[in-house]
Amino acid sequence: MDIRFKFMKFRKIASLISISLFLISVLSLGLRGLSLGLDFSGGTLIEVSYESPVSLESIRDSLEDNGYPDSQVVNFGTNLDVLIKVADQSGNSTVGEQIFNILSNQETDIELKRVEFVGPQVGDELRDQGGLGMVVALFMILMYVAFRFQYKFALGAVTALAHDVVIILGLFSIFAWDFDLTVLAALLAVIGYSLNDTIVVSDRIRENFRTERVLEPVDMIDLSLNQTLGRTLVTSFTTLLVLFALFIFGGELIRGFSLALIIGVLIGTYSSIYVVANMLMSMTLTQEDLAVPEPEGADFDGMP
Amino acid sequence: MNKFSIYQYLLILAILVIGSIYALPNLYPTQPSIQVAYTDSGRSADQSLLNDLEDILENSNTEYEDIFLRENKIVIKFKDVDTQLTSKTILQNTLLDKVIIALFLEPATPQWLKDLGANPIKLGLDLSGGVHFLLEVDIETAQQGRLELLLDTYRKSFKEEKIKFDKSSIKDLKLNFEFSDNQSYNRALKRFRDDSPVINGVQYIITERPSTNILMLEYSDIALREIRDYAVGQNLTTLRNRVNELGVSEPIVQRQGSNRIVVQLPGVQDPTAAKKIIGKTANLEFRLEANTRTSPLRKEEFSFKENEFQTAFLEKAVVVSGDRVTNASTGFDESGFSQVNITLDMEGGRAIQKATSGNIGRRLGVLFVEQKTKSELVTNEQGQKVIEQTSYIEKKIISLATVQAVLGTSFRITGVGSPAEASELALLLRAGALAAPMKFVEERTVGPSLGKENIELGMKSIMIGFSLVVLFMIFYYRVFGLAANISLIINLVLITGIMSLLGASLTLPGMAGIVLTVGMAVDANVLIFSRIREELKEKDPQTAIRDGFSRAFVTIFDANVTTLITALILYVIGTGPVKGFAITLSIGIITSMFTAIMCTRAMVNLVYGNKNIQELKI
Repeated sequence: MDIRFKFMKFRKIASLISISLFLISVLSLGLRGLSLGLDFSGGTLIEVSYESPVSLESIRDSLEDNGYPDSQVVNFGTNLDVLIKVADQSGNSTVGEQIFNILSNQETDIELKRVEFVGPQVGDELRDQGGLGMVVALFMILMYVAFRFQYKFALGAVTALAHDVVIILGLFSIFAWDFDLTVLAALLAVIGYSLNDTIVVSDRIRENFRTERVLEPVDMIDLSLNQTLGRTLVTSFTTLLVLFALFIFGGELIRGFSLALIIGVLIGTYSSIYVVANMLMSMTLTQEDLAVPEPEGADFDGMP
Repeated sequence: MNKFSIYQYLLILAILVIGSIYALPNLYPTQPSIQVAYTDSGRSADQSLLNDLEDILENSNTEYEDIFLRENKIVIKFKDVDTQLTSKTILQNTLLDKVIIALFLEPATPQWLKDLGANPIKLGLDLSGGVHFLLEVDIETAQQGRLELLLDTYRKSFKEEKIKFDKSSIKDLKLNFEFSDNQSYNRALKRFRDDSPVINGVQYIITERPSTNILMLEYSDIALREIRDYAVGQNLTTLRNRVNELGVSEPIVQRQGSNRIVVQLPGVQDPTAAKKIIGKTANLEFRLEANTRTSPLRKEEFSFKENEFQTAFLEKAVVVSGDRVTNASTGFDESGFSQVNITLDMEGGRAIQKATSGNIGRRLGVLFVEQKTKSELVTNEQGQKVIEQTSYIEKKIISLATVQAVLGTSFRITGVGSPAEASELALLLRAGALAAPMKFVEERTVGPSLGKENIELGMKSIMIGFSLVVLFMIFYYRVFGLAANISLIINLVLITGIMSLLGASLTLPGMAGIVLTVGMAVDANVLIFSRIREELKEKDPQTAIRDGFSRAFVTIFDANVTTLITALILYVIGTGPVKGFAITLSIGIITSMFTAIMCTRAMVNLVYGNKNIQELKI
C-alpha cells in the first residue's frame, strides 16, 4: 500500500495543539468576549470622505464639544475616509445626522458615504438569531452526516466544525477584530467548507474500510488521508487564491469576512485531516460500524 | 464507452442557452432616465401628460432620446446624466407639485430580451446606494388610543342607560369601572358580555370583582392581534403614500414580522430628506369646538398651525382620528372656492354621524398631531456635554369649519383657503394619518459614490480571483484543466443568468460569494481528476475516466448538500447584504455541481469518448 506520509504518527501532538488552541480560545471568549460590530452591539456608525487628509484628533475634539464624548474615530481604508462609531444604547436614530452636521460645520467639503443605525433590540435579535443559526446549522449537519455515514463520523465531523468555529471566534476575540454580520456569514461558510473537506476524507475512509479489509485502522486512515491529500491541498490552494484576491482587492467592508474565511480554510483543512481522523481513532471505528448496506446504492453508471 | 446520448448533450446545450440568454441583459449599458407620475396616486399618466412633457422639453431645447408611457408612468431617456438632471429641474419647475419626478437608470435591454422576461441583475442597496429603514409600530399606543375611545363610549352609554358608576379610568392598558351599586354592576357586566363576542372568539377579557363592584376590561389576544394588524396595515398604506411622494423608481415597503415595516429606497440621493418624510409621525384628530356649555374640565386650548397666536378651545373627546380617513381629495364648491372631500371608513362614519347629529351649526376642528423630538446640550454627572433628546407631542389646529349638516362616511370641508392650501390639507389627511406612532429601529444608508466603489471592488476581486484559479488549473491539469476552466466560465454565466431570472439582489457580500464559489467550484473537478489519476494506476484510460467520475459523484454530492444546508440557514438568519451572500453561495453550489459533473464530463467525452487511448495525461 502506498502510504507516503504517516499522518497518524503525529496524532498525539496534533491533539495537544488542537486542545490547547481550543482552550485558549474558550478562555479568551470567556474573559474578553468578542468585540461586537455594530450589527450586534447596536449604535450608530457613519463614514465620511474628505477632500484632503484630516486630523482625527480635531474630529474627536469637535465631537466631544458637541456632546459625543465616547465616539470612536478611525480612518477607514485611506486617510481621506473617516469612520465614526457611537455606541449609543438609547435607540436614538438621529445620531448619524447630528454627527454629519457637526462635521460639515467644521469642514464643508465632505461627502456622506454611509450611515448605519442599529437599534438596541434589533442588535440583540440579530445576535440571538446568529447564535441560534450556528447551533441549528451544526445540528442539521450532525443529522445529515449521521444519516449518510454513521454516528461516529457525524460526531467526528461536528467536533471538527466546533473546533474550527471556536478557534476562529477565539482569534477574533484575542485580536479584538470586529465581529459583525458578514463575519458570521463567513463563519457559516467556513462550516460549509470545512465540512466539505471532512466529508471527502470520511468518504474515503469509509470506502477503504470496505475494500481494504486487511489493514489496521491506523494504516487505513493514513492510506485514506494520503489518497485525498492531493485534492485537499489543491482545493484549499484555489480557495485561498480567491480569498486573498478578496482580502486584498475587495475593500475595507469585507476585509473581516475574507479574513475569517482565510483562517477558516486553513483551520478547516487541518481539522479535516487531524480532528476527524483522531476522533475516529479514539472511538475505534471497526468494520462492523460500516457493515450496513451502502445507502448510496451501487448504480453509478446511470449517473453521468 | 464514455459517450453521452444525443439527448444528454441537447439538455446541457439547452441549459447553457437559457442561462446565457438570461445573463445577456447584464452586458448592456444603462441609460440615464427620468420617470414622471402624477402626484395624485389615483391618477395614471396619460397621453396628454406625455404631450405636455414633450412640449416643455422641446421649448427648452432639451434633447431626449425616447419618451413613452409605461404602466402608469412616463419614462424619458437621455443621452447623459447632465441632460437628465437639467431636464428634471426644468420639468419640476414647470409642472410644480402636479407631478413626481424620479431619476433612475433605465437598462438598455433590447425588446426581444424583455419579451422573454430577461432583465439585468437587481443591485442591493450597498451597490446601488440608497437607504434601508426598519420601523417599529408602537402597538401599545394604538391600544391605549382604542381604550380611550372605548372608555368614552361606555361612559356615554352608561349615562344614557342610567348605569351608575363612581370611577372610571384606564390603568396598565385596562379599563376600570367602579360601580355605585350591585345592580349597576350586573347590568354593566351583561353589557360587556354582550359586546364581547366577535366572529372568532371574544374581544374582551373581563375581570369581575363583585365584592367591590369593580369591573376591568382588557383586549383579548384576538382583539390585540386585530388592533396590531390594523395599525401595521394602516401605517403600511400611509408609508406607501409618503414614499410615492418621494419619487423613487423602485421602492420597497413591506411588513416584516408582527409589528415592523421595512422601507427600502434604492438610489435616493438625499437620505436625510427621505427620513424626514418617512419618519413624520403625524396623526389627525377631529374634535368639536367647545361651546359655552362645555365644562372647563372637558376642553383644551390649541393654537393654529399657520398662526401661532390664534387659538381656539376644542372638546377633549376625539370624535374620529385620522386612521379612519380612507381618502381625501381637493375640489371646488358651488361658488368656486376650494374644498376638501373626505371619505371615512364605516366606523368613522358612524362616529361622526353620532357626534354631529345634535350639533349642526357648531364648528368641527381638525387637529394635526405630530411627534417631535427636541435636542438639548446638557452637562452630565461626569461633566461632559451630551445631547439629550426628549420627545413630545405637538397638536395644532389645521382647520376649523362649521358643520352644515349631519355628516356621514363622506363629507367636505369648505373655506379651507387657496387651492394650494386645500391640496396641502388633503395630502396631510391622506398621507398624514398613522394608526400608531412608529420609530426607527434600524437604518442603513449608502451614498451613491460608495455604491459605485463597491461594485468596482467586487468586480475586481472576481476578475483577479477567477484569473488566478484559471491559470493554476491550466498549469496543474493541462487538458483536463482547460475543461474545468470552460466549466468555470459556464458556471459564472449560469450564476448571472439565474440571479437575473430569480430577480435576486446582488450585494457586496453576494459578490464575495461568487468569488468564493469560483474558488470552491473547481473542487468538484479536482476530486474527479485526482480520482481518475488514481484509477489510472490499475485500469485502462476509458474505465478510469468512467470510474473516476462515478466514484467522485457521491463525495461531491454529500459535500455540497451540507454546504447548501449552511447556506440556507444563512439565508434565513441573515439580513440584506448577508442574504445576498447566501443566495449567490446557494446558486453557486448548484451550478458548480452541474458544470463540474455534466459539462466537464461532456467535454471529456467529446475529446476522449470514441477513441482508443493508450495513455492519458492528467
